[in-house]
Amino acid sequence: MIELANITKRFGNYPALHGIDLSIRPGEFIALLGPSGSGKTTLLRIIAGLEYQDSGEVRLDGEDVSSRKVAERGVGFVFQHYALFRHMTVANNVAFGLTVRRAKNRLAHRDIRARADELLRLVQLDGLGDRYPAQLSGGQRQRVALARALAVEPKLLLLDEPFGALDAQVRKDLRRALRDLHGQMGLTSVFVTHDQEEALELADRVVVMNQGRIEQIGTPDEIYTAPATPFVSHFVGETNLLPAALFGRGDGDLHVRPHEIAIVANDAPADGSTRAEVHVANRFRKGPQWRIEGRLAINGRLIEIDCEPGQAVPAPGETILIRPATARNFPA
Amino acid sequence: MSGSATSATSESRVARAILITLALLFLTLFLALPLVTVFVEALQAGIGPFRDAISTPDALSAIKLTLLVAAISVPLNMVFGVTASWAITKFSFPGKSLLTTLIDLPFSVSPVVSGLIFVLLFGAQGLLGPWLADHDLKIIFAVPGIVLATVFITFPFVARELIPLMQEQGKDDEEAAISLGANGWQTFWHVTLPNIRWGLLYGVLLCNARAMGEFGAVSVVSGHIRGETNTLPLHVEILYNEYDYVGAFAVASLLAGLALVTLVAKTLLEWRFLDSGNLTRGAKH
Repeated sequence: MIELANITKRFGNYPALHGIDLSIRPGEFIALLGPSGSGKTTLLRIIAGLEYQDSGEVRLDGEDVSSRKVAERGVGFVFQHYALFRHMTVANNVAFGLTVRRAKNRLAHRDIRARADELLRLVQLDGLGDRYPAQLSGGQRQRVALARALAVEPKLLLLDEPFGALDAQVRKDLRRALRDLHGQMGLTSVFVTHDQEEALELADRVVVMNQGRIEQIGTPDEIYTAPATPFVSHFVGETNLLPAALFGRGDGDLHVRPHEIAIVANDAPADGSTRAEVHVANRFRKGPQWRIEGRLAINGRLIEIDCEPGQAVPAPGETILIRPATARNFPA
Repeated sequence: MSGSATSATSESRVARAILITLALLFLTLFLALPLVTVFVEALQAGIGPFRDAISTPDALSAIKLTLLVAAISVPLNMVFGVTASWAITKFSFPGKSLLTTLIDLPFSVSPVVSGLIFVLLFGAQGLLGPWLADHDLKIIFAVPGIVLATVFITFPFVARELIPLMQEQGKDDEEAAISLGANGWQTFWHVTLPNIRWGLLYGVLLCNARAMGEFGAVSVVSGHIRGETNTLPLHVEILYNEYDYVGAFAVASLLAGLALVTLVAKTLLEWRFLDSGNLTRGAKH
């Protein structure tokens, strides 16, 4: 159980975190999601003890660990750029946390090596223990980093943009590997990402951060279908803004996802208050359906619409009528 | 531009030939020729006079003193350099930019001025002169002064080599090590030092070359006492002023030989350094 209570942090004059409250249950997989500068990495480093908060408390299992150093917090940390020790073999990298222990807590040399091999098997790198990091691919290096962090049997695994430096396919494999490990080992894990897809796919709960504050905490489903703030609506998934007045739904803007917009037949009975005119500018295939890009006739705003499969796809130059099937608005 | 197959950035053959010739001419004229002259002059009277010149008591004492000064100042500056680079690159603290600037001071001040600083501090008329005289301590015109001046002059070499390197490497490795439970010493010994070892060795080599070759600052504080406070460069000057050309060039060739050894070692290191550098850089990007 990890509790963060009213954590604040400034870097000089720059406020990085304003009063963060968050509690994480044992066994949870948490994503800290936000754009760069949102404070997500700072928060992760404060949990780890690599950075110290200006005020507030970090409690692990009910105990205030704010003044404890990173080594005394029982956390494993995985860095975006792996931070492997380049002059050590892969096995020695993995074993590092075991070899630097005080003599009385240290395993015998042979047991350390056996443990390193076991961990390498766990991350599917058996047989690569004698290589050097430079001889491995990016994905393999990150697996080594993962095994190294797990070697000290952390209660809590912290990952800072762990997939950030990898290309798409490797990223996908590693995500799956991480999810499996998390489940198998009964870990509590927190990872930082700016990639909403990654957060939604991996996490039990997503913490959306912006400008040093938490915007919303929820399951991926809640975050996506019921964003709590305009920021979350924009940052997680794609969002169109439609003037609410057009549809007789008050002031301000409606937030509508591209697939939530219905194209209404031109010859349908005219009811001016519930539909809007869009001039189609472009169309392209996006996965299973077509994506229409157009401009709202009334204010020229860019609108993205997903056509339902099987529906006639409007061509550039056409003018279509649309209606939000579902929409959210955020009263000021 | 002539050749049809040359790319936009490559020069024509003529231009290339001219540039290369110019560079080679310059190198020959200003670097190779003087170096060769030193050895030619040293050996012009044959190997016998050469051997005699470098085995006079004064020459031997100069060699000994030079080695002693290097043996003290190089390890000192190795420790100072690593400490300063570590502090500058791994921590943030008030006065950091001032410290970074101060490290360059010995490079930007004329060596003569550096020598004078010590005379003004420790000389008979200097600030601490009376106190030193009372305690019967001799610094100026003695070995301690020479060591001090050399330490001052050669301070930047190691630090200047390490700071950019450590800045590029960042703090991730160290943070990884401490998160795995390593203490400060283990982190330095097992992680930081191996990461900087080639850069460190390179800096130490340059530092050593300068420590043995420094003339200006040492000349000011040494007092030129034969057999006592003469280092090799000072000894060369004395012999030369006494019209003992063979002797001067013989001793000078010792110093030049030393420079060549340093140069070769540096080149070997660079190969090795670039090699491992490529590997590590591959890991980062």
